[in-house]
Amino acid sequence: MEEIRILSPTAILGYGFPMESFVEGMKRKPHVIAVDAGSTDPGPYYLGAGKSFTDYNSVKRDLGIMIPAAIEAGIPVIIGTGGGCGGHPHVEFVVKIIEEIVQESSLSFKFAVIHSELDKTLIKQKLAKGEIEPLHPAKQITEKDVDEAVRIVAQIGEEPYIKALDEGAQVILAGRSYDPSVFAALAIKEGFDKGLAIHLGKILECASIAALPGSGSDCMFGYLQKDGFVLEPLSPIRKCTTLSVAAHTLYEKTNPYILPGPGGAIDLHNCEFTQIDDNKVRVTGSRFVPTDEYFVKLEGVRSVGYRTISVAALKDPIMIEKIDDVVKSVRERVVNNFESYGIKDFFLDFKIYGKNGVMGLFPGSETRVAHELCVIIEAVAATQDQADTICGFARSTMLHFGYEGRISTAGNLAFPFSPSDCKVGEVFEFSVYHLMKVESPTEHFPIIYRQFTNGK
Amino acid sequence: MEYNLKDIASVIRSKNAGPYELTFDVIFKDFDMYNKVKAAKAINEKEFARLYNIKESDVIALVYFDPAKAVKVTIVRPIPSGALGETDVYGAQQHSPLMNYKFSL
Repeated sequence: MEEIRILSPTAILGYGFPMESFVEGMKRKPHVIAVDAGSTDPGPYYLGAGKSFTDYNSVKRDLGIMIPAAIEAGIPVIIGTGGGCGGHPHVEFVVKIIEEIVQESSLSFKFAVIHSELDKTLIKQKLAKGEIEPLHPAKQITEKDVDEAVRIVAQIGEEPYIKALDEGAQVILAGRSYDPSVFAALAIKEGFDKGLAIHLGKILECASIAALPGSGSDCMFGYLQKDGFVLEPLSPIRKCTTLSVAAHTLYEKTNPYILPGPGGAIDLHNCEFTQIDDNKVRVTGSRFVPTDEYFVKLEGVRSVGYRTISVAALKDPIMIEKIDDVVKSVRERVVNNFESYGIKDFFLDFKIYGKNGVMGLFPGSETRVAHELCVIIEAVAATQDQADTICGFARSTMLHFGYEGRISTAGNLAFPFSPSDCKVGEVFEFSVYHLMKVESPTEHFPIIYRQFTNGK
Repeated sequence: MEYNLKDIASVIRSKNAGPYELTFDVIFKDFDMYNKVKAAKAINEKEFARLYNIKESDVIALVYFDPAKAVKVTIVRPIPSGALGETDVYGAQQHSPLMNYKFSL
């Protein structure tokens, strides 16, 4: 095989793509259609709650085009990080959608599901053996952290996908995966250079984001050869330029020269980007450097309680000047009021938009203040009822708080909504972001096969 | 001569690099200016830490990336993405201090 051609329809399954671009992609006779379906960007909630952050209909629309087209062309479809986070319930969300598509289009194929949510017993054993280490700047975990985690997934490499391809799967859906794996698996199986295959995967996983103008909802096509790869956007309005592709190499990475993943890193120090025609770029020199031992990245979250928020705003120039004092006093009043009642353990925050709402994580970095402020009062407590209590009390206290110099004595806040408070539900935070040593890249990631015949 | 970063850059952006890091990209409009900034190391750990009021040791990587005429700075996220106290889950709006960064060459 001299060349592997890979069609990446969209940056995240469910983000969509124009049909015209997809048809252009199929005309180029791809050997595989691959898509990444997940990210940690939307935060810890989705992994904890077991919910997809992509929409059911949007995912079904994309797969409803990709799977029948691939089956007709006799090529595999590979889907990584099913349901956005790749835990069991997330993968199940996509399985249901695929079952419906199979039935509606009366399809026949061998289906593989690769699981990468891990059993806590395994993680505790690994921890005891010293085979789990934190990824800077996360801290080392203890057995207690593992017990408290709601769900822990591992980012698999390309090896479980290769195993499923070897065993004849035509559609492969996996749990949490290293994003480039789905694009690189077939190429690595066929003996193409791993550094090039993974670097190509790194770019294809964002589909047309690496083109100009960039888009997360349009297709990108990759041609992998023995000594380099070529990227081609499939819409006539987009071009790949050496700059757009090089710039994409920066995106969401720690260091653009070294991109670590399962089993090693790609080293881009000798990478060259060449414009080969108006809209295509060729990349050479990417190199895979394996680590002595094979590590997979773990992601896990724990529950921290329940959240209630209240949204309000203010325009009074005197109060705007005093806002920090007002917040401090209201907070003290809330704490004092419920101390003897027994509600002591809660988190209360005031996000002051127009002042430091966006950049509150970097106090002192921005000092501009707007002429009107939005306040989000946030309470997180052990139960939803307690969060309601704390948020409601903070809200009413702030509304009528008699700060120094006050001349607007009817009320301090403008509420856009009635009811003013909103239950947000359970709250999670990342608690595991670690590397786990494995003996083999496939051993903890079982593959379940299913044969669909004429829609069943 | 004094420069304002937003006048000589075509891209200034911030984003999570995983839940525990924040990364900032500055892509310059032209190679000339990029090369001058790089030669003078006008964007450096010390100035970046001052802009964001963080410790210099929280800067994990500061890399000049020639193929994209870009500087990339990655720092420890003050809290993991989405933890209590979060203001920007995706980390996509943390770039404004960089936009107003002024320096002399």
